[in-house]
Amino acid sequence: MPYHSIVCVKQVPDTANITGEAMKADGTVNRAALPTVFNPDDLHALEVALDVRDRWGGTVTVVSMGPPKAADVLRDCLYRGADRVILLTDRRAAASDTLATSYILNQAVRHIGNYDFVFCGRQAIDGDTAQVGPQCAEKLGIPQVTYLERLIDLRDRTARIRRNVGNGWEIVEVRLPVLVTVLDTAGEVRPPAARRVMKYKRARVRAELVAAVAAAGGAGVSPADVEREVERRAETLRSRGLMLEQWDLDDIQADLKWCGLAGSPTKVHRVQSIVLTKQGYTEIPPTEEGIRRLVRELVVDHTLG
Amino acid sequence: MIAPNRKGEVWIFAEQEDGTLHDVALELCGKARELADHLGVKVGAILPGWNVRELAYRLIQHGADDVYLSEDRRLEHYQTLPYARVVTTLAEKHKPQIVLFGATPLGRDLAPRCASAMRAGLTADCTDLDVADVPDPAAKTTHKNLLLQIRPAFGGNIIATIINPERWPQMATVREGVMPLGEPNMQRQGEIVAEKIKFDDNDFAVRLIERHREPRKVNLKGARTIVAGGGGVGSKQNFRVIHDLAGAIGGAIGASRAAVDGGFIDKAHQIGQTGTTVRPALYVACGISGAIQHRAGMEESAKIVAINWDKEAPIFGVAHYGIVGDLNQVVPMMVKAIKERPKE
Ligand SMILES: Cc1cc2nc3c(=O)[nH]c(=O)nc-3n(C[C@H](O)[C@H](O)[C@H](O)COP(=O)(O)OP(=O)(O)OC[C@H]3O[C@@H](n4cnc5c(N)ncnc54)[C@H](O)[C@@H]3O)c2cc1C
Repeated sequence: MPYHSIVCVKQVPDTANITGEAMKADGTVNRAALPTVFNPDDLHALEVALDVRDRWGGTVTVVSMGPPKAADVLRDCLYRGADRVILLTDRRAAASDTLATSYILNQAVRHIGNYDFVFCGRQAIDGDTAQVGPQCAEKLGIPQVTYLERLIDLRDRTARIRRNVGNGWEIVEVRLPVLVTVLDTAGEVRPPAARRVMKYKRARVRAELVAAVAAAGGAGVSPADVEREVERRAETLRSRGLMLEQWDLDDIQADLKWCGLAGSPTKVHRVQSIVLTKQGYTEIPPTEEGIRRLVRELVVDHTLG
Repeated sequence: MIAPNRKGEVWIFAEQEDGTLHDVALELCGKARELADHLGVKVGAILPGWNVRELAYRLIQHGADDVYLSEDRRLEHYQTLPYARVVTTLAEKHKPQIVLFGATPLGRDLAPRCASAMRAGLTADCTDLDVADVPDPAAKTTHKNLLLQIRPAFGGNIIATIINPERWPQMATVREGVMPLGEPNMQRQGEIVAEKIKFDDNDFAVRLIERHREPRKVNLKGARTIVAGGGGVGSKQNFRVIHDLAGAIGGAIGASRAAVDGGFIDKAHQIGQTGTTVRPALYVACGISGAIQHRAGMEESAKIVAINWDKEAPIFGVAHYGIVGDLNQVVPMMVKAIKERPKE
């Protein structure tokens, strides 16, 4: 019996390897200077979906919400074996918090339709919230199983899943459809297949074609010319099956009231940077007054609650 | 979504397993008490489970005024959907202004499900909470008494303060071990409110087949603060000072190999190349020389305080704050200063 999976993936800045160069003079993080990576947990989510397809048949569709550059991770998904990839990109989705993001993803999943599984990574390394998966499940009105470590069995549209709950594990059974979040301890991830890399490395979303044509044309090129050239290139790619799908919020019938800044109940009130470079240490005298001052300092910078 | 309700209580979700409250539930009670006193409202605790009435008294001793007890045989073991039903039903009925969960695997499974159902904001993994007036220049108003949700972001490279001005309740998960675990007050009085919740068959869509729990191990990895003792502590008996400081801060206990080899403490606490690697927000090294094998396991800590009477000790090379002195005098002074610390 074939099973259809939708996988939500994200391209993230590589926060694990922040070096001095990624810090601006004022001590804030320079996002543009950071290399981007495939969010680690999401790679495992993709792997579980591919495994389901390989063992029971069906399809794997990947959706990523992000800027045009996020097409990188979608190509990576094709290299590893995904059947279909979709980039969801729209300026009006910018500044979405986890609730707005989960609303948008839920609309995309509904628009893709006909699914048995939605797989997400447990969390993304740029926010570490782990909230989008469960929030998306709630919006889809389906059960969630978080922290998958192993998909044990699948029969009669019922999945048996082993989940890691931190201080132990449990095995649960759930009827499909279900949203599952996957841990990075869920086993090995398959590498990109050389044959598929050769085939898909030229695959593009429309926004990438627009950027490439605009860059090549320089000044003096009319919007109509750009449009014509983009269309010409898109036609060529389409004929070779290399034109990737790109959707915006209208395509998925998203209600703008729940998207972007307007749809986000949480607001960033203030951001303080942690200075990464350390120059010597502050000497604290071993006296009551000295130590009191140290404790006060640690309370003020929120090191102590 | 519930409208801002300034008379609403400050709630905590009382996480329990097999009839034992998770420490974070009690930590949250203490913090909620502080916030509620500031706001002039009561503290409520949501306690779903089966045969868990006893736990309500502990919640009251730690600061709860009202414990909403929801007992049902089907709630014996945690499952997302029925527990979310309890939280959202009660929140819609009583309209709390704040709801706090521990940022445990369970809390981080439950809280987003509830927040989404209520269309409310949720901030993950906070390391501090406060209440303050927040001006809103765009709307030319000031939001009175908002919950400030403070958390590290971007791989710990920045600290962000998040607010949720309109779509209440203001919800957050809070990291374990960050808020100090207060002493119970056996005299405190509170009310236990039995709540009958109506479930839907779909709430039991996920069936628990098998369950395995490991005894709680030393949790150094997840600790926000670590107080570590080394060879300089001198004896198992004297290691008491390290326990005292860790207790006052609400942190975990670490050790160098010299302390482990000396039998002052179990090997499970060893930090370093052949022990655990940690990167807490605060690492206090007491009587540790700072050998390279030790530093390898802790030098990524956000803030390092070193206490050593030898000012040439290599530990000072990685420290942010250095105290050159006898740990037997310095550590008790620190315990005192922490207990009497000002609240920001
Ligand atoms: C292969 C290998 C792996 C190792 N792995 C680890 C590891 O994982 N973790 C680890 O910790 N070590 C490890 N070690 C051991 C490491 O090399 C050191 O021997 C060890 O860390 C020393 O511990 P210490 O600094 O606490 O003790 P000591 O070397 O005994 O230092 C004690 C310090 O306390 C100070 N002191 C003494 N009394 C007082 C006082 N009253 N007040 C203030 N200060 C005082 C002294 O000035 C001194 O600096 C490893 C070694 C090897 C060879």
